[in-house]
Amino acid sequence: MDASAENVKLVRKTKEEKKLLRKQIKASHTLLKHEGINTVTQPTQHLVVANGGLGNGVCREQLLEVLAGVGTVIYLLMPPNKPYAFVTYQSSDYSQRAHALLNGQQLQCQGQGQVVTLYLSFVERVGCEQQESAALPPGLLVLEDYVSQEEEARLLQAVDWATHDNETVHKALKHRRVKHYGYEFRYDNNNVDKDKPLTTGIPPVCDPVLQRCLKDGHIEVLPDQLTVNQYESGQGIPPHIDTHSAFEDTILSLSLGAKTVMDFRHPDGRSVAVVLPERSLLVMKGESRFLWTHGITPRKFDMVPAYESEGPVAVTSDPSNLTLSRRGTRTSFTFRRVRRAPCDCSYPTVCDSQCPPAPPVPSAPSLPQDDGDASRLEEQFVHQVYEEIASHFSSTRHSPWPRVRDFLLALPAGALVADVGCGNGKYLGINQEVMSVGCDRSSSLVQICGERGLQAFVSDALEVPLRGDTCDACISIAVIHHFSTQERRLAAVKELVRLLKPGGRALIYVWAMEQEYNKQKSKYLKDSKDKENMQPATDEGEHPVKQSPPPNSGVTTNASTDGAPRLSVHTNRTAFNSQDLLVPWHLKGGEKDTCKRAGSPSADAAPTPAGAPVFHRYYHVFQKGELEALCSLVEDVEIRTSYHDQGNWCVILEKLLK
Amino acid sequence: MKLLTHNMLTSHVKGVTKGYPLLIKATEVKVNEVDFNPQFISRMIPKIEWSALIQAAEGLGHLQDLPSAVAPDFESNEDFLRKVHRALLEVEVIEGCLQCPESGREFPISRGIPNMLLNEDES
Repeated sequence: MDASAENVKLVRKTKEEKKLLRKQIKASHTLLKHEGINTVTQPTQHLVVANGGLGNGVCREQLLEVLAGVGTVIYLLMPPNKPYAFVTYQSSDYSQRAHALLNGQQLQCQGQGQVVTLYLSFVERVGCEQQESAALPPGLLVLEDYVSQEEEARLLQAVDWATHDNETVHKALKHRRVKHYGYEFRYDNNNVDKDKPLTTGIPPVCDPVLQRCLKDGHIEVLPDQLTVNQYESGQGIPPHIDTHSAFEDTILSLSLGAKTVMDFRHPDGRSVAVVLPERSLLVMKGESRFLWTHGITPRKFDMVPAYESEGPVAVTSDPSNLTLSRRGTRTSFTFRRVRRAPCDCSYPTVCDSQCPPAPPVPSAPSLPQDDGDASRLEEQFVHQVYEEIASHFSSTRHSPWPRVRDFLLALPAGALVADVGCGNGKYLGINQEVMSVGCDRSSSLVQICGERGLQAFVSDALEVPLRGDTCDACISIAVIHHFSTQERRLAAVKELVRLLKPGGRALIYVWAMEQEYNKQKSKYLKDSKDKENMQPATDEGEHPVKQSPPPNSGVTTNASTDGAPRLSVHTNRTAFNSQDLLVPWHLKGGEKDTCKRAGSPSADAAPTPAGAPVFHRYYHVFQKGELEALCSLVEDVEIRTSYHDQGNWCVILEKLLK
Repeated sequence: MKLLTHNMLTSHVKGVTKGYPLLIKATEVKVNEVDFNPQFISRMIPKIEWSALIQAAEGLGHLQDLPSAVAPDFESNEDFLRKVHRALLEVEVIEGCLQCPESGREFPISRGIPNMLLNEDES
């Protein structure tokens, strides 16, 4: 068809048709842009169905019904989590018919319950990456139909969620209901009180199934602890390894009421999703019990194989065999045997018996006794840490604090400004009418300034290599609280003042001990989301991944060899309970950083078996009036104003005319 | 490192009394164009050490016949301001080092960033 004929045809299209065509073109552009899928105008046997994907909550059965309604479908590929599918028809006659009839077709999808509109475009060929089928973790068994429907009903009935009694313990955790028999599993220390059995043991209704497990050789001794978890649709459990020191090797878990998908993860990154059908028994032994984490992602639909297959199923991303399955209420019965001797498994890196709280972190320091101590403390717990966390730290530091910005914007045009401790340089470009120079102790952070085209150099805040009496203004934002003695904090203020020309002003921010001021909680306390790097919520899981906590958590009485009290480790997003402390930083998303860390064992990193490494930064948080008192020790300077701003104490100093 | 930054930097090695200006030993220099703002340059001129700028620009081969003293009518002399603009803001030292004129201590410049950290015994 030549161009003019095409135009005539376009003109004759109705408004609705034009709108549809526009949307279809838009959909094909989106596919190209985000997924690299090239659509063609020439009819072929193959179509890509935009919006008809598992990622949109569209089930295979549902889509197939619509597609097969206009012709014979040979293949339907639904790539995991994608918002599209590929269909291959027996002939291009069928695919052209689908293209003509199904474009704009609406589908009520089961997933999120909303309506999706399908847009179809021809493609030369269908293709998507297919992963190799994953093998189950070694030691893992899923036995289907291990209990009958009658037994299932009896077991479910035996759990009385309604009454509270002292004999069994039940709790409503954030993401599921849980009840313990035999021994209580404590979520605060991820262990059991082995000397405090509950008065109610495992209910007798469980005996038949446990005897069967014994007879079938899955276990050699009967379990003595039962945890019943109930998951509503949409609930889950974070990835965890059952604490080695708490329980013996084999763990049995019955899935009742509904099926689910459990994710298993090896420390090397391999992961396998395993379908646990209703009435199946999961047996975890050896490597699958000791080394792999398991968890259930909270969601309402699981991707599962569309067709029945033999035996236990690891869900692969085979796009020709995936659909969605709605989750129902699943109750799991997990049977374990409490361990009486330390665990001696072959996986010491994840074993709390074999790598007891002696963490890979150098032990917490005590407060410095002299200047040499102080600079060593700062080297290890400030300088090295910022080098390690620089890129992650920088990614969390983008919005300037409003009152710092106001200070900078109020400076006269042509002012010379030094930002001592400039970090990633977020204040260096605020006022385009002034000349700003930054410096920081961390060369990684200064490098980021350089990449942003900002003027910065590497130096220590106690020895800033700038001419004295030259700066119209200096800022020191969140820097001086990293110095570990009063003398050094004073020296840092004096160095700022040295840089100022007479009449010049310095703005200083330090972290405040008082995170709640004038009955207002600071943002630091209020933000529960990971803004200032908080540990992800872990209160609801059994988390041996927390097995390597920082040393001496929250303990100030724990003395070092020379008898001086050790610094305590602060719990993020809580009030401070001492002025000198270590604040954890949970490093995220940096394979590169992790490798780098491995090469520098002196850095203060405590890698957790299945989590991100944790670094500890030293802070001295200032009490009310302390910053002013410090500044009053400096000659030739006056405090112009001081205030509390979002959990920080702040002063503006002015250097006096001589 | 721009020469405006260099103009502010000084050696801070312990015991040094004449640590300014730092000598530039460059192995890579770039000229990056920056929007010309005559007012900004006029405001900078009284704040900088003119002789240090002349010495640095000359050393890098970007003197552009700038005089050894500031032109008296500099605020209205666009040709002059443009040359100062180039020297202060457009010429950048990417690789090399800065040398303390008194102690001879060298501070490396890498990827445009001077590293002015001192060892324990130097501070």
